[in-house]
Order: sequence, then structure tokens, then C-alpha cells
Amino acid sequence: MSKMTLRTEGDTLVIVTRHFAAPPEALYRAHTNPALIQKWMLGPEGWTMPVSISEPKPGGKIRYEWANGKGQGFYLTGEYLELEPYSRIVHVERMHLPDQTPDNHIETTFEANGTGTLMTMRMTLPNAETGRPCSQAAWKRAWKPATGGWKRCSKTPCGAPTAVLSRAWRERHKI
Amino acid sequence: MNRGGLNLDAAFSALADPTRRAILAQLAQGEATVMHLAKPFEMTQPAISQHLKVLERAGLVTRRRDGTKRPRRLAKEGLEAMDQWLAMLRKALETNYNRLDGLLADMQQHNAGEEQ
Repeated sequence: MSKMTLRTEGDTLVIVTRHFAAPPEALYRAHTNPALIQKWMLGPEGWTMPVSISEPKPGGKIRYEWANGKGQGFYLTGEYLELEPYSRIVHVERMHLPDQTPDNHIETTFEANGTGTLMTMRMTLPNAETGRPCSQAAWKRAWKPATGGWKRCSKTPCGAPTAVLSRAWRERHKI
Repeated sequence: MNRGGLNLDAAFSALADPTRRAILAQLAQGEATVMHLAKPFEMTQPAISQHLKVLERAGLVTRRRDGTKRPRRLAKEGLEAMDQWLAMLRKALETNYNRLDGLLADMQQHNAGEEQ
């Protein structure tokens, strides 16, 4: 079983890595094809995704709706920003719980690695120190040079967008 | 589940909103009034109050009385809840990726079938 890692970098980045026994092409398809997404991005047992919309092109729409069969549900909307088949996906997303959460920005990369693929997901959240969601332009500026993170965020299909107080942040603020 | 002032169910639900997590992060820097909190968030005071109410009910934030002010501070359970919330995220992602392992195996089998 491949072990997933989840760590924070700098103040605000959450980075998830996971190895899969499949080529990057398959991972890319499983992350962009709506019919495939519907089969795995379900969060905890008992949840289904009755609606899965994914238009994998720059500016293309994303909409996933989840339901637990007991009348509870929520949905996510987003847009694709950049796509490099079969190695990189950049998109923005927000949860509707039903209140809309600030935008989360997510870069997912797939690298051929041995007999499979190493997936790396870098998630940025609105600036936790001010609570202001960063603009797309600001995010791109911050992201492009080094991904040297001043934001953090994440994507959780179970309905929980993530922000965490990173160790570095806590140490800086002595908490 | 209730341990001390921390209501875990309420805490997780409170932490599902990034704005509330951001408020917690802000309070981690020190005590603040609603007015003080509303400023950087570009939110109205009633909106911030609503979020604070959820955080207080969950036992993550406490308030005290200081004349006419009601400054809020991060409860020590607040940090603990953040850690647990992170653990929950990890579990949800692991569940998804384990499911994806199965799907990828199916896709590979399907491809092999097509090539024959």
C-alpha cells in the first residue's frame, strides 16, 4: 500500500504526495474525466457524487455535488486555470456548504516514477492572517517563481476545505 | 463527544469553513474584539459575530467582559481541534486515494482488454 504524505510548507502551503501503480496518463484522466472522478472522489464511505462536471481546458468549469443518501449534501464549483497533459493541472475551487468558502487554489502534478506515478498536490488557501482570498493574479504572481508559499489551502472531497496552522506559523506566533 | 469545553462534532463543523479557520489564526495572534477582527476580513461585524458564535459554541473561542467590550480569545482547545481536523482531512484523502488505486487497476485491465 502506498503511503500518502501530508505536510505544510512555509506558512500556508499544504502538500500531499502519493504514489500510484499506474502511468501519469491514467492519473491525469482520473483527475479530469468527470465519469472517472465520480468513481473515486467521494470522501468517507456512504457518500456518492450524483453530479460530476469537469471541462478540462483553461477556463473550463468544475462542479461536483455530493450526497449521503440521508438528505445531506453539498457541492463544489471551480475553474481550470492551466492544463498540461499528462503532467500538471492547476485549478481553483470553492465549497458551498451551503455558504460559499473562499477560493482554494490547487496545483496537481504527475511524475513518472519507477513503475508508477508520483502525484503531488499543492494547495493554497486564502491568506489565513488576513482572511482575504487572494486574487487569481496575485496568486499566480506568488505561485509562479518558486511556489514559495504564503498561502495555504486544500481540497477535500468530503466537504472540508483545509487550512491548518502550520508548525512554522505557530512557532513564529508562539502558540 | 465532549471533552472539557471542546465539542468535537461542533468543532469539526466549525472548522469546515476557511473563514472561521482564518479567524482562529487571527485570534492565535492575541485577543481581539469583533471590530478588530472584522477589519482585515473585509466582512461586516454581524457576519464576523455569526462566525464567532459558531466558534464559541464549538468551544474553540472564549470571550470575556471588559467594560462594554467583549474581546475574544483562542481557547486552548482551538489548536487541538485544528490538529484533529487535519487528521480528518488526511483520512478523507487516504480513503479517496485507496479507492483511486482500485479504479486505476480497473482502467489498466480495461485497456489490456481492448488491446487484445
